[in-house]
Amino acid sequence: MEILVASAVGIMTAAGIYLILRRRTFPVILGLSMLTYGVNVFLFATGRLAIGAPPILNKYADVPYTDPLPQALVLTAIVISFGMTAVVVMIALGAYLSSRTDDINMDDAATETGEDA
Amino acid sequence: MNHLLIAPVLMPAIVAPLIAMVTRHHMDLTRIFSLAVSVAVVIATLALGVQAMDGTVQVYELGDWNAPFGIVLVLDRLSAMMCILTAILALVINLYAVGSDWDKRGSNFHSLFQFQIMGIQGAFLTGDAFNLFVFFEVLLIASYGLTIHAGGARRFQAGVQYVVYNLLGSSLFLFALGTIYAVTGTLNMADLAVKVAEISPDNTALLRVGAIMLLLVFCIKAALLPLHFWLPASYAEAPAPVAALFAIMTKVGAYAILRFFTLIFGPDLAATQGLGGEWLLPAALVTLATGAVGVLGARDLGRLIAYGAIASMGTLLTAVALFTPQAAAAALYYTVHSTFAAALLFLVADMVIERRGAHITPKAPMAQNGLIAALFFVGAIALAGMPPISGFLGKLLVMDAARDHDMVWIIWAVILIGSLVTILGLARAGTIIFWKAYDATTKAPEADEQEEEAIHQPAPALPVVATFGLVAGLVLLTVFAGPMSAYATATAEQLFAPEAYIQNVLGVPK
Repeated sequence: MEILVASAVGIMTAAGIYLILRRRTFPVILGLSMLTYGVNVFLFATGRLAIGAPPILNKYADVPYTDPLPQALVLTAIVISFGMTAVVVMIALGAYLSSRTDDINMDDAATETGEDA
Repeated sequence: MNHLLIAPVLMPAIVAPLIAMVTRHHMDLTRIFSLAVSVAVVIATLALGVQAMDGTVQVYELGDWNAPFGIVLVLDRLSAMMCILTAILALVINLYAVGSDWDKRGSNFHSLFQFQIMGIQGAFLTGDAFNLFVFFEVLLIASYGLTIHAGGARRFQAGVQYVVYNLLGSSLFLFALGTIYAVTGTLNMADLAVKVAEISPDNTALLRVGAIMLLLVFCIKAALLPLHFWLPASYAEAPAPVAALFAIMTKVGAYAILRFFTLIFGPDLAATQGLGGEWLLPAALVTLATGAVGVLGARDLGRLIAYGAIASMGTLLTAVALFTPQAAAAALYYTVHSTFAAALLFLVADMVIERRGAHITPKAPMAQNGLIAALFFVGAIALAGMPPISGFLGKLLVMDAARDHDMVWIIWAVILIGSLVTILGLARAGTIIFWKAYDATTKAPEADEQEEEAIHQPAPALPVVATFGLVAGLVLLTVFAGPMSAYATATAEQLFAPEAYIQNVLGVPK
């Protein structure tokens, strides 16, 4: 279990970072999504891994429980990263449609002639 | 509980959706609501400032849940000062945006603007690390909308870079918080301070990793070299009022560094000894140098000022990185100054760019050349740190605070030479734009009718008034330098004695 979760976080983060270093917006956005998946799983694991345990304290019996706080954090992080991904897709689309290129680099030629969009 | 504490967050949060949903087709109503809430936030933060003046730490428990289980807002001198600074800056910029019709050039300017204010105020007030992340996201998502306000290909491209960079920062922030939570089991800042101090010094590998990742995140926000790449393009391409508002955004990063590395990972803490200062100081000095060189080399006005902002962040973080009460006080004074100075220059630059384009080349003189030149001159000497404006005092305080440091000669040399280079760069730009225009030998490029009209268009009164408001702020900061630096010193003392903060947050009687 630990090895599975740890390698999942590691592989997703590595893939995410690799994709973010690309020059086109589409792989970069994919990379960002990968990275947020990686961080979500990582956050989930910060409350220690427990299988089949409820996130509720039981005051009548000493049963195992899992930390509920990371689950709340993950939920918040998922919502935020979902919203952010939507925003970055829209802005990237806007950039692509207005400049006809999805290169993440800015074209320096336009600066040199002093053109202002 | 004092409900005024949440007002700076709540008021923009209520008005922003109202503007977006109810009044979006009525520009006048939108402006009235937006300006009214900006004024109200200024009044509320000033009231909070008066309350925080005597050094009490006030705690607001959201939902009446006790810390560390619920989220708390905490008001101390530092929070109050940053909130007031944000509120005043927001009001001035709001006036400028209304007066110059920037808010009409795209949709939803005012609601995004208010959401951004909500995020910034929240980030300054919160006493919970995860809540800080949430407020960072609020202010970032609003800033994404604002950077691409009014559209245009280059603005969109700069926007993509800005968004990607900050999303990366947000992911790193989550990794950092996760790591710290895994070690300490809490995310309340006061509780973290207690738990971190209890950790045995030989078992701190994970904690140190978390602390360094947090530092990196805040350095991204503060545009510290080598994490500054997002700043020049996005500030230069963003609409002018937005760029001016962003002058406070970099300060959020500096604030977070100051807060976390005095309260939680304090300078005396064995577990994280030497994490902050040793790395931060050289990086801050390199940032200062790079910013100064950027000012000298910039070929367009927006970038020139963006690099000026980077240089001033370098000076600010140099003071922060010393981690002594005296240096922190200098940093706080310089924060107020550099926010006003950078915002002023962005607004003046907008007046220039609207008339003759961003490129620094000689062109025919524009309307009100003298007035705009005078404003640019004030902004330039403020940013470069020349007497008699407050930048000089700020830099003096920073240099004085560095006096006892081992690297004092390097720090002084970098600050002084950096100032000189900045002055050169600003003087070059100013002469070309404002004086070369009158040079008889200058052949103005053939301007078409539209450009001709733009050049001779005098500025409407309101933006000029707003700009003069910032000048007044700088002058007041100079005239009342004594009381202001006394307040900054008191703030720094409070920061370096976090016991009161911790006790108030964790032991509040119901």
